[in-house]
Amino acid sequence: MSKSDSIALSCSNIHRYLGEGEGRVHVLKGVTFEAERGQVYAIVGPSGCGKSTLLYLLGLLDRQDDGDITIDGVAMSQSSDADRTSARGEHIGFVFQFHFLMQEFSALENVMMPMRKLGKLTQPEMEARALELLNEVGLGEKAHRLGTQLSGGEQQRVAVARALANQPSIILADEPTGNLDVKNSNMVFDLLTRLAKDNNQAVILVTHNPDIAERCDQVKPMSDGQFV
Amino acid sequence: MSPNLRIAYRFLTAKKRAMLMSLSCIVLGVGLFIVTQATTSGFEKFFIRTILGTNGAVRIEDKMQDTMRSMEVGGYGSGFEIKQSEGYKYIEGIEEPKLVIDALKQFPNVMAVSEVVYGSVVIKSSFKNESVKVYGVNIEDHMRVSELGNQIVRGDLSTFSSTPSGALLGMEMSRRMQLDVGDSFILEASGEQRRYRVSALYETGVSDIDKVRLYLNMGEARSLLKKTTGASFLQVNLIDKDRAQEDAYRMSEVTQHSAKAWQDREKSWLQAFAALGLSSAITVSVFTLIAGLAMFNTLAMMVMEKTKEIAILRSMGYTREDITQIFLWQAVIVLFIGSALGMLFGATVTYIVDNIPLTITGIFKTETFVVSWNIWHYAAATSTAVVMVMLASLVPARRAARLEPGDVIRGTAQ
Repeated sequence: MSKSDSIALSCSNIHRYLGEGEGRVHVLKGVTFEAERGQVYAIVGPSGCGKSTLLYLLGLLDRQDDGDITIDGVAMSQSSDADRTSARGEHIGFVFQFHFLMQEFSALENVMMPMRKLGKLTQPEMEARALELLNEVGLGEKAHRLGTQLSGGEQQRVAVARALANQPSIILADEPTGNLDVKNSNMVFDLLTRLAKDNNQAVILVTHNPDIAERCDQVKPMSDGQFV
Repeated sequence: MSPNLRIAYRFLTAKKRAMLMSLSCIVLGVGLFIVTQATTSGFEKFFIRTILGTNGAVRIEDKMQDTMRSMEVGGYGSGFEIKQSEGYKYIEGIEEPKLVIDALKQFPNVMAVSEVVYGSVVIKSSFKNESVKVYGVNIEDHMRVSELGNQIVRGDLSTFSSTPSGALLGMEMSRRMQLDVGDSFILEASGEQRRYRVSALYETGVSDIDKVRLYLNMGEARSLLKKTTGASFLQVNLIDKDRAQEDAYRMSEVTQHSAKAWQDREKSWLQAFAALGLSSAITVSVFTLIAGLAMFNTLAMMVMEKTKEIAILRSMGYTREDITQIFLWQAVIVLFIGSALGMLFGATVTYIVDNIPLTITGIFKTETFVVSWNIWHYAAATSTAVVMVMLASLVPARRAARLEPGDVIRGTAQ
């Protein structure tokens, strides 16, 4: 595999301003970054330094004011909303601090939701894959429970399984353990990294937790909108 | 089931109480729309059937004659002109009824024509005297252009047709004159008095007819009214009654006699029925409007509550159109259930109303509410609900689609 093939995501000279008028802030000041498959990256830094803003830009949830982002070799800077949405569904899995499970659906249905949208698998195949992922995160027996019937740690594990559902090349996690106790934090982090490495996926996570950051392959400290 | 429909259904069932308000308003709106249209159009159709059954689809009377037109005096361009209002002059009655009938029978839509002679007379019974109108008819012909045969309530028509001095009296007239079948009475016209016998009593339900119209055999009527030739008017029955106006226009052109379709004769009543139908439709549409507002409110609240779910769906690859669809599907599900229940409710109430005793005489006669079962009432009720609810749902659905997932997750969504 050449170096370019191993790059799942790259961005160069990213600038992002937030706010209007006098309150306009230059949040990201020319950030450049590459993420290889099978590697786990931790973006760390003080609150307000632009970590989450960068993560949302890399996940195509927001648009940069300047700079380029490439996902699996495809430049997304000038792409349409539809193309960005499609790229999110196919190449990117998200894990957020507040899991954001659909409470009206069971754990199994939550994991199947990205697969239903992608539409590549049949119903039995989707069910089998969702169950397999839930087994991997240790929730196979609770697959049919609603989100409201799961603990915080369990919900975050379901969110990890959901992020992996479409076998994306990139997993973006915004403080995935920030809302969990130490035991659950370790469990979720171990799961995320193990499954991502097994599937040769790039994991980029934003964290305030130094223990978690230390266990990543690369740590990217940020300060005032730039990597330092 | 599509992913969007599945999500919409789950969102919906989680908001049962809020949706119940919209649902019940749709049921009421659709149901009551159907009931009001069924009753107003029921009475309208019954009225039309009554007037077609008494006065026919088209009436041909009065010969038309061109009036003298304005003309130049002293030759063209002289500048002197004798002004004359232009138009038609009408000569009362039909001079050559047979010729006109032959011409009318050439019209493919004409089913039958009846010649009628009429005039005013005084009826005298032992009880009182009154001024009435005699209609001289050939009963066989007249039964083909009216419902007279079905309007007989006492006595029988065969006695009338076989008895030269027989007469058919309206129920209202018989009550006022205290006459019954078999009783004799006197008709006075042009200073001459003749005795007749009641062969049968009829009732159209139209009090203006039942009070003053008296039928005699044609020969006897001509003799009494001293109208030995011609006819007062011709009553025409059509195969397709709804084409009466077009046919009347052509009949008038062809026969050079005035021809009036039932729609023009009864214009004021028909307009009153149309206005009644429209006003009741507007009134009950308020329920549908409330359903739309309730749906708007419920969906708008849901969009506010579900911003994080919308953001996560967008992050999973769901497009803006998918988000719009998820919210519109909820409106469609409520509309579908509401319309189905509303139609059932409307049909049930219409059936019940159809059997409510209600005596009406005057413009027609009925003993119960009259309803009309028409698929278009159901289509119109459902369409009204669809338009109002979908329009109301579009705003929150589009608002949901416009949410930027990045803003929501950052917690800055407005």
